[in-house]
Amino acid sequence: MSDITSQSLFELTSNIKEKKLSSEEITKAFINRAEKSKKLNVYVTENFEKAIDQSKKFDSNPNLDFKLPGIPIAVKDLFCTNGVRTTAGSKILNNFVPTYESTVTQNLWSQGAILLGKLNCDEFAMGSSNETSFFGNVQNPVRENLVPGGSSGGSSAAVAANLTPVTIGTDTGGSIRQPASFTGTVGLKPTYGSCSRYGIVAFASSLDQAGPMTKNVKDCSMLLEVISSFDRKDSTSIDYKRNNYSKELSKDIKGKKIGIPKEYRVDNMPIEIEQLWKNGIAYAKDCGAEIIDISLPHTNYALPTYYIVAPAEASSNLARYDGVKYGFRSPGQNLIEMYEKTRSEGFGDEVKRRIMIGTYVLSSGYYDAYYLKAQKVRQLIKKDFDDAFSKVDAILTPSTPSSAFKIGEKTNDPVSMYLNDIFTVPINLAGLPGISIPAGKDKNNYPLGLQVIGKPFDEQNILNISYALEDKINFKNDISDWWLSE
Amino acid sequence: MSKKSEYIIERENKQYEVIIGLEVHAQVTSESKLFSQSSTKFGAEPNTQVSLVDAAFPGMLPVINEFCVEQAIKTGIGLKAKINKKSVFDRKNYFYADLPQGYQISQYKYPIVGEGKVILDMPSGQKEIGIERLHLEQDAGKSIHDIDPNNTLVDLNRSGVALMEIVSKPDLRSPDEVNVYIKKLRSIMRYLGTCDGNMQEGSLRADVNVSVRLKGETEFGTRCEIKNVNSIKFMQMAIISEANRQIDLLEEGKEIDQETRLFDTKRNETRSMRSKEDAHDYRYFPDPDLLPLEISQDLIEKIKSDIPELPDEKKKRFIDKFNLSPYEATILVSDIETSNFFEEVIKNSDVKLATNWITGELFAVLNEKNLEISQSPVSAKNLSKLINLIKDGTISGKIAKTVFEQMIDGDQDPLIIVKEKGLKQESDPKAIEVLINKVIENNSDKVAEYKSGKDKLFGFFVGQAMKESKGKGNPQLINKILKEKLNG
Repeated sequence: MSDITSQSLFELTSNIKEKKLSSEEITKAFINRAEKSKKLNVYVTENFEKAIDQSKKFDSNPNLDFKLPGIPIAVKDLFCTNGVRTTAGSKILNNFVPTYESTVTQNLWSQGAILLGKLNCDEFAMGSSNETSFFGNVQNPVRENLVPGGSSGGSSAAVAANLTPVTIGTDTGGSIRQPASFTGTVGLKPTYGSCSRYGIVAFASSLDQAGPMTKNVKDCSMLLEVISSFDRKDSTSIDYKRNNYSKELSKDIKGKKIGIPKEYRVDNMPIEIEQLWKNGIAYAKDCGAEIIDISLPHTNYALPTYYIVAPAEASSNLARYDGVKYGFRSPGQNLIEMYEKTRSEGFGDEVKRRIMIGTYVLSSGYYDAYYLKAQKVRQLIKKDFDDAFSKVDAILTPSTPSSAFKIGEKTNDPVSMYLNDIFTVPINLAGLPGISIPAGKDKNNYPLGLQVIGKPFDEQNILNISYALEDKINFKNDISDWWLSE
Repeated sequence: MSKKSEYIIERENKQYEVIIGLEVHAQVTSESKLFSQSSTKFGAEPNTQVSLVDAAFPGMLPVINEFCVEQAIKTGIGLKAKINKKSVFDRKNYFYADLPQGYQISQYKYPIVGEGKVILDMPSGQKEIGIERLHLEQDAGKSIHDIDPNNTLVDLNRSGVALMEIVSKPDLRSPDEVNVYIKKLRSIMRYLGTCDGNMQEGSLRADVNVSVRLKGETEFGTRCEIKNVNSIKFMQMAIISEANRQIDLLEEGKEIDQETRLFDTKRNETRSMRSKEDAHDYRYFPDPDLLPLEISQDLIEKIKSDIPELPDEKKKRFIDKFNLSPYEATILVSDIETSNFFEEVIKNSDVKLATNWITGELFAVLNEKNLEISQSPVSAKNLSKLINLIKDGTISGKIAKTVFEQMIDGDQDPLIIVKEKGLKQESDPKAIEVLINKVIENNSDKVAEYKSGKDKLFGFFVGQAMKESKGKGNPQLINKILKEKLNG
């Protein structure tokens, strides 16, 4: 048997079910590795002692019918966890301990999983490099001083570094898929309405979705099966029949029509990414899929649209962090001064930048020109996909326009940072499912990902296509454990 | 509308007309809040009726209370208004300590209810007031500034409670019309059970828009909005004071600034709260946590079929079926409790007598004791018994008043009172004849005068006979027999 922490979720689950491993052994193995991995800075809050207690409790009376029997899992610190501090990577929630559990994490615990701890992320999930976190940047396990992507950077790093078997992130404009691509892991953003938003610290409500981040496609299907559920506590949750994703997982994609959108060939795209895409197309053909050239004409407008809609919603969603009810408060002589000091000291620069953009685009006199127009363009982008999906079953694109960059490289250039999301934001705007799978490496041996986009509620199809491609690609992450300390 | 009922403010031969529009905030009668399951009960200890949603904890999401939606539709139907099959909840963004989300969920561009109307019964006749719209929104919490010297305390019990904002067109022209309008609105909502209309508990309050113009002018003047006035009396005082302030400005050749004002009840004057330039930019946008509200025709039909008879229809029925005067009918239907009481009484008794007794004796007692009809000391059942005693001649109207006075004390049965006190009317012709004979014998001189042509003395004989019967003699019978005896 290979080292515990390098096992996939599927392997760990099988070993527990076959009683080859106990929950306690697994939990301790991950904790032990985490103790030696502080340099990566993936954890904001550790829950190790409680996790060991829970693993022992599981072992004393194991329920092997669970889908995640005694499996320790660390989650992004955007999910509210009952009794465990939840910060959203922000100073303003530094001391916040929820008395309630998000639906998605509750779904994990209800299937036997155990909370290992809370993973670092960009502040309020605003960022593409995990550098906006109040709790410091995260190291990409691929190479020292490389960003792990964002905003679910702690999550992607933790999976890639074998610090959690799987994890869950959230994706508003690419926050699951881009870090997955940067770390050589798998990340899926489900259809909007698939996973409940109840108990997830909100960034942009009409775009936010939770999703699985894993080492491989099979694990991804297993985890999606657990976290996706209809929830009356979220009015945007959709009541539809979810698949038995892991059971129905199949490499047979013969005859599937896969679209290649010409608009995703952007200027200055590195040749390696062009090559990666070509390889992906070739593999899909090998699997018997039919490749069809398609057009998504409004792709160019996706990024500006996103950077109007998301900050607008965020500016309103973050108004509740005012020092009155919970979280950080900086005292003032009067209410206004208390607000100003609390929010000035409590939020970081990127969050403030987006609150200001959002406030501006919603202001009287600017609303029609920005927010309303952006909503109209959003409908056009959605229609592009609707039209495309009348011809194809799925769409294949690169996940990101570049590989992971150096820490600090783009911190002073927000626009270049935002460009990271160019291939991922249209999918959020259209509410579609999208998955990033590791598909190759650049000249520095940094991982690169391919994205498969599906029709609404068609997660099974993009999982199957990814499963088939994964087999052909046979990606091996090159991680040397450089950060380990004794 | 006739000239004499016009409300005009005069200045040096100039006549000013006052234009009023109301934004009424009516609390929806509902066990739980608009987007959470917390209780809405009035008067609970501070912060005991607050859910995580009401306090805007991270990750908490609003879920619409469908009952509140039905209540709004019901009210819309009661206002003869258009129900919009698709409406949208928007966020109205502003910071305040008692607004936990940092925004109020309201409806801005697409309200649930569109244009409707309310009919006012004014002394000069009926007047129609247009309704612009009705929308659903959340109430805020309460900031308390006078308990702690250094801090403001916040009570979130009201936070998230469902309100209906009912916006009238600028059709009101006087404080009297405002009085009748609010009462009518309240009456309709109480008939429907959609708002209890309790102004003391803040269930009904209004923002009052006032402008003035010279009589005959067709353009509207600049208006000022007086925020959050919580009684009809204060609304009327505020309108009079604000209209006069505006007229004074115009008379001095000054301009009126469009602004939001507050009414100081102690000083009986309005003062500026914020000018148009300082007005909040609420940055309204559709709430992405909530889908557009879609209402099916089936639901509208279902609610329509449950709508009770409303004041206007009831009034018409009372006039047509019971032959009441419009005035009597208006009084009886103004409050659903009163009309229910009336209909209970007339189940078993005479309509005309019931109308007179309810609007006369009963209302007098209620007024005197400051009671609602629901707290009436005399039940409908016993009042109808009393009316029947009058109708069948068991007691006279005069005796009935005596009996009624005793009934008030613990809702006593009039039959028992009449029996115990021996108040039953004497209607036996033989007994009446006996006492009339006695009166004639004792007053032979007056009889002679009468017979010689002094007709006016007839009243004297009636009085004497009544006295002889200790007030119990049947007046019709006394009259009849006296005439026979004296003229025979």
